[in-house]
Amino acid sequence: MLLISCPHCGPRAEIEFAYGHEAHIARPTDQEKLTDAEWADYLFMRKNPKGVHYERWVHARGCRRWFNVARHTVTHEILAVYRMGDPPPALDR
Amino acid sequence: MVESYRRRSPLASFGLPARAAAQSPEAVADADLQLGERPHRCQINLRGNPQDGRFLEAVRNAAGLALPTEPNRVAAAGELKALWLGPDEWLILGPGGRETELVGTLARGLQGQHAGATDVSEARTWILVAGGRARALLARGIPLDLHPREFRPGHCAQTGLAGANIILQQTDDRPSYEIGVTNSFADHLWHWLERGAIDYRVAISV
Ligand SMILES: [Zn+2]
Repeated sequence: MLLISCPHCGPRAEIEFAYGHEAHIARPTDQEKLTDAEWADYLFMRKNPKGVHYERWVHARGCRRWFNVARHTVTHEILAVYRMGDPPPALDR
Repeated sequence: MVESYRRRSPLASFGLPARAAAQSPEAVADADLQLGERPHRCQINLRGNPQDGRFLEAVRNAAGLALPTEPNRVAAAGELKALWLGPDEWLILGPGGRETELVGTLARGLQGQHAGATDVSEARTWILVAGGRARALLARGIPLDLHPREFRPGHCAQTGLAGANIILQQTDDRPSYEIGVTNSFADHLWHWLERGAIDYRVAISV
């Protein structure tokens, strides 16, 4: 069980949250020029690092707001919690 | 809104008023847990930007409430309460019957603003859990720390209990808790609470 700090509500149990997968994936703007491979990359291909992963969570059973989390995929340590729209913090791990 | 004569609490089938009336005074005095329903409240979902002074002022003028901007806090004024639900969202609670007038007053006061007031009185009922065993009973299902150093009167939270999404607020130090639960989950949650309280001396409070 992770203890996740909602930016609004503070630390809450993982069962209150829902996972939103990798963060910072922007929808392509030049869509008519995209190849099938580029579309597939945007839609399906995700990072799977052994280390820091930047990902989205929503406080589904609490305030129902989305936010970003930097989580270490080996230790599950949550290294940063930051707002939607903010750039990923630089973490040397 | 539903015509008041057609209103039926989602817990009506449990016959709580009749059960409460049938209790002996000794059993009520001896109880270490009170369970009950507080149905048919005025409930208004309010959305708006708390950084916008015009929004806060319009709400203050319409409802007399200073909205809490600290997360998971309750502000009270007279018979009305405002529960923080999100950074731009609150639940206004009041006595049943006020919803039509209050949602109208709020909507007029907020005209022209990017804000909204919606009557959600029929969405959920409220269950009372109070007394010496209340904290122990809720601790069986709520992932929050309800110790008074963490959760006190004037605090509220949205969380899960027995599979239902709930709004929890503490109203006094007995302690008394009120659980807002959608009508569709109320029957299940009441069963869960009574089942969990099987070893306690329960009084029905109406
Ligand atoms: Zn939250």
